[in-house]
Amino acid sequence: MEHVENLISILLNSVFVGNILLAYFLGMCSFLAVSKNLRTATGLGLAVTFVLTITAPANWLVYHLLLAPGALAWAGLPEVNLNFLRLVLFIAVIAGMVQVVELVIDRFSPALYNNLGVFLPLITVNCAILGASLFMVEREYTFTETVVYGFGSGVGWMLAIVAMATVLQKLRYADVPEGLQGFGINMIVTGLMAMAFMIFSGIVL
Amino acid sequence: MKLSRSKTYKAISAALWQSNPISKQILGICSALAVTVQLQTAIVMGLALTLVVAFSNLIIALLRDLIPRNIRIIAEVAIIATLVILADELLKAFLFDISKQLSVFVGLIITNCIVMGRAETYAMSHGPYDSFVDGIANGVGYSSILIGVAFVRELLGSGKLLGFQVVPDVFYSAGYENMGLMVLAPGAFIAIGLFVWLEHTLLKD
Repeated sequence: MEHVENLISILLNSVFVGNILLAYFLGMCSFLAVSKNLRTATGLGLAVTFVLTITAPANWLVYHLLLAPGALAWAGLPEVNLNFLRLVLFIAVIAGMVQVVELVIDRFSPALYNNLGVFLPLITVNCAILGASLFMVEREYTFTETVVYGFGSGVGWMLAIVAMATVLQKLRYADVPEGLQGFGINMIVTGLMAMAFMIFSGIVL
Repeated sequence: MKLSRSKTYKAISAALWQSNPISKQILGICSALAVTVQLQTAIVMGLALTLVVAFSNLIIALLRDLIPRNIRIIAEVAIIATLVILADELLKAFLFDISKQLSVFVGLIITNCIVMGRAETYAMSHGPYDSFVDGIANGVGYSSILIGVAFVRELLGSGKLLGFQVVPDVFYSAGYENMGLMVLAPGAFIAIGLFVWLEHTLLKD
């Protein structure tokens, strides 16, 4: 049972308190660019969740079978440490996975492809994806924990961007001081939202 | 020729003020905020990014006639990733404590839109010298915002600058308290929002 509780706690933590966008500032570029419209924000959020859930475990496998110190023992090379190649390989895995996901969705669900298609290439350069893979290594998650963490981070990112899109729709009718319009007010709204998400930090399972 | 008319001067002033990568073009915020709790980490991060942009611009400008157009993105990512790994290993070797604090954010320079953006829009169409200067100028423009935000956050959040206490003990005994919000994530969003507001108002002319 303890195992399940641990997984639930990782899930809640990655969605709320340790929200990858609001607490670690990852994925800001596309967050600011795409949050103007609720429909596109939801689409991108779904695509990010999908790709994160796949790439984090994929990078876990790459890390533990190829890169970690002593990981090449199965190939008879226990001394080799390829850890310095981590960044390049992770980026390559992400770019490759995004491409494969795009092809698979196009083949099996054209409707979904029409909704997500435009966003998929954008995701390769979304720092949330690479960030989650790097955090997964740093925090020494197991494989199942990584799956849960990837999924939770995606859901957290999606929650944040959807909430932001709705706030910005309301904000159109507000009287914002001239110098603060655009980027300035977006940052302050995000800050207030980050505060709201931090309320959950008191929860201990 | 007057200094203020030279091409180099124009490139530098544009990157610092008129089109500052963070406050005007909204690029590269991903890593900008997480490292600004302390002045020291912000300075090191700014330095690392400046070096990566400058040298990636230089190398790409030198190779721009050799890189086939179709695969230029992959070539650019490979060059940038190599430089980032170099920067990461150098930090680990010489500034181990700071590199621990920066954790994954040095690695995330790869997906920082500034580096990619300058490579794509400037270095691919300009000579090596101009590109190098442009890289330095954009790196410094990025660092200036980073250091400004870090200055405010460290001063208000913990009463210190570069780790030295600057708020005198008399203030504390008179009832002054550090602003806890500034140390947390929302503080970064709000600080940068106000910072941009100030800059827009001052530069409006």
